[in-house]
Order: sequence, then C-alpha cells, then structure tokens
Amino acid sequence: MINKTVKDAREAVADIPSGAFLMMGGFGLSGIPENCISALLEKDINGLTIVSNNAGVDDFGIGLLLKKRMVKKMISSYVGENAEFERQLLSGELEVELIPQGTLAERVRAGGAGIPAFFTPAGVGTEVAEGKETREFDGKLYLMERWLKADFSLVKAWKGDTAGNLIFRGTARNFNPMMAAAGKITIAEVEELVPAGELDPNQIHTPGIYVQRVFQGKDYEKRIEQRTISKK
Amino acid sequence: MLTKEQIAQRIAKEVKNGQYINLGIGIPTLVANYIPSHLDVVLQSENGLLGIGPFPTEDLVDPDLINAGKQTITMVPGSALFNSAESFAMIRGGHVHLTILGAMEVSENGDIANWKIPGKMVKGMGGAMDLVASAKNIIVAMQHCSKDGQSKLLPSCTLPITGIKCVKKIVSDLAVLEIAPQGGFILKERAPGVTVEEIQSKTAGKLIIEGEIPEMIFD
Repeated sequence: MINKTVKDAREAVADIPSGAFLMMGGFGLSGIPENCISALLEKDINGLTIVSNNAGVDDFGIGLLLKKRMVKKMISSYVGENAEFERQLLSGELEVELIPQGTLAERVRAGGAGIPAFFTPAGVGTEVAEGKETREFDGKLYLMERWLKADFSLVKAWKGDTAGNLIFRGTARNFNPMMAAAGKITIAEVEELVPAGELDPNQIHTPGIYVQRVFQGKDYEKRIEQRTISKK
Repeated sequence: MLTKEQIAQRIAKEVKNGQYINLGIGIPTLVANYIPSHLDVVLQSENGLLGIGPFPTEDLVDPDLINAGKQTITMVPGSALFNSAESFAMIRGGHVHLTILGAMEVSENGDIANWKIPGKMVKGMGGAMDLVASAKNIIVAMQHCSKDGQSKLLPSCTLPITGIKCVKKIVSDLAVLEIAPQGGFILKERAPGVTVEEIQSKTAGKLIIEGEIPEMIFD
C-alpha cells in the first residue's frame, strides 16, 4: 500500500507558497487542522486565499493566520466571531466572499468530483444571484454555481492510516471529506495514525486516494466556542 | 405580548409526529424545550447530525459534538452523523419537513430577510439561504416590531433578502399569521390581551382579518 506519511505538520506544509489557494476543514472550531495552522504560522508567507466555513476566533484557528496578516481572502458562509477579522474587513485589508453554506459544501464537493457547475435554489432572488445564470427547471428557478478546487486542502480526522484512509468523529467531520477530495495536494492530520490494514475498510469515510500526505497530530486543544451545559 | 419562551411554546404546537426538523439559532432553538414528549421527531443540525439531544452535563461535554450555533450538545439514541454536503443534500432534497428560523423582516408575499444589515458588520448567511430555498414548511419566529416600534411585517422587505416567497407562517410576540397564496398576512390568533386593532396598527403589510380572531391558548 502506498505510504503517505510525513513526519509532522512542518514537513507537511513546507511547500505551501505565498498566494496559495487553500481549503481548511472545520465548522466553527470543531474539526479544524490545528497542527497545520500552527505550522503555517511559523512560515514567512502571505496572500493566502482560504476556503473555510468560518474564520476562527481572535486567538485560535484561522484567526491566528488573520492576526499575522497572512490571509488575502476568505471564502466562507459565516464569519462573525472574530474582532480582528472585522477590523481587517472594514479597513479593506481583507477580502471576503460569503456563500450559502450548502452551496459552499456542494461547490467543494463538485470540485473533488469533477462537476464544473450545478444548479441550486439557494440564493435565487437575492444578492448572491447577481451575475449568475438562472434557469427554470420544472417551474422553479435555480442558480448556476461553479466548482471550487484548491492547491492545498488541510483536513483533520480522528483516525487515519498510512495509506491516507480517514475516519472522522462526531460533527468534526463537516467539510473535511469534500475538501480532502477537492485539493490538488491534501494534507490530513489525525489524532491517531495507524499502519495500513488496522482500520476497518467498512468504516472509512475518506478513502486514501484523496490524501497525499498524512501525519500524526499532537497537542490537540479542541477549543469549545459555546460550552453549553445542562444541570441535571 | 409573548415572551421569547412563549413564542417557542406556541411554535412547538405546529410540530407533528414523525417530522424531521431544522431549528435556527435563537428563539427557534428554544422550541426543542416545548415539543411534547409523546411526539417522535428528529432534530437536524446542518453541521452534520440528525438526532440532537439535550445540552450535555459537564462530564459529557465533547468538542467533537456541537450544533450549528457551535454549542455543545448530545445525541439521542438512533442518531446519524454525516458531512456538510450530505447535510444540505437532505435539506435541498426536501427531506427535512419543517424549518423554524428567526427573521428581521418578512414581506406579505413571504419573502424573508434575516442575514444582512447594510452598513453594519456582515457575518454571513450560514445555511439560511439553503434552508429557506428548499424547506417544505417554514415557520418564522420574530418580534412583530423593531425596538423603535417599526413594523417588521412589511409590504416588501427593505433589507437584503434571504429567500423569496418561502415563509408559510409567522409566530410573533403579538400574533400567529399565515402568508396568503395571493399575498397578505392572514391573522389567525392573537397573543393573550392583544387586540386586533393593535396588531393592525403594528402590521405595515396587508393584514387579512376574517371573522373572530381567537386568543392563543397555552397549556
């Protein structure tokens, strides 16, 4: 079996250049590639475009990359949890493209699946539709949306093997599987890396064909944005 | 006038046995607290879960298990997890029966605006545009008027819209209303102690009043 393992995050992201087009998995702070983000912070690069559902918080996740002014553009569905983000956006230092969440997920899926465009009802009649082709099917209007593909996709899984097969856990799965497929080079960091053959093939969420590099992550903080507790 | 909890309580009466339901952030999330226990329904979280359970106790908090509002949650027995593309496939595919969400404005033809106020920080639409474009039944939980007393039930939306001709029913702090197929807010119920005249004066869009309008009943 092809061995995809690299030593660590630093080695995995070593060739990501300034101006790269990246995808990063995660919903809020759940399922984000923490180790890769830390390794990117050590690099002297900027002008990144990042596709990610959210943009992290001020002092964690993509927020750290924003603070270091490494990001030129965010392509996201919801970005509201971050004061530095807001400052850069209002001052014109940062570009943002907001996309309906389901359209974002499907554009990434289409990118990985070789579908250049598709029609969706989301955004018809809104400013999201401006400049896009609208077509009627069976009496209802739909918008044409295009695929998204990345130079590098950075994803985070619960378990992975040396062949790049991945298993996600809970709602930390979110955008990670589609982004894995939509990256020219996909880097997967995993909480537990095992030799090929140890994961049950029936349980694989992302087949290793989509993953070019995999490494054993470490020191996961897994920060919680809204710790909500019930008393009983 | 209804409290937020009472709006949620009234909306919970719309829930039917066997439904798959997506609850938005804010008042809609509270609806879960009032769904009668004899109904079997499944709550969908668009970040990838069918079967949202109660908030966890301290020892069950799991950073890999959150809802679309990024709150920690639990799963009920029989839950299923999936990715974001699958999640919106079930939404766009019409498999989710009921969507309950908040609104800043609703127009008399059922347009909804709830994602952007020009000139203010724009946070994004999240999954709202996908949900309103596809849900079979959309119920809106909202305040009837803004804090400075302006009606939010309008002839047409003034804010950038989230979706067109999609809202079926509104539960506000003053009334339950349905959108008429030909346009207009059909007044169905009044909040306790609120008169038809007050609702009329606070509804800028076309209000349709047919016969006696009953007060809402709370158990």
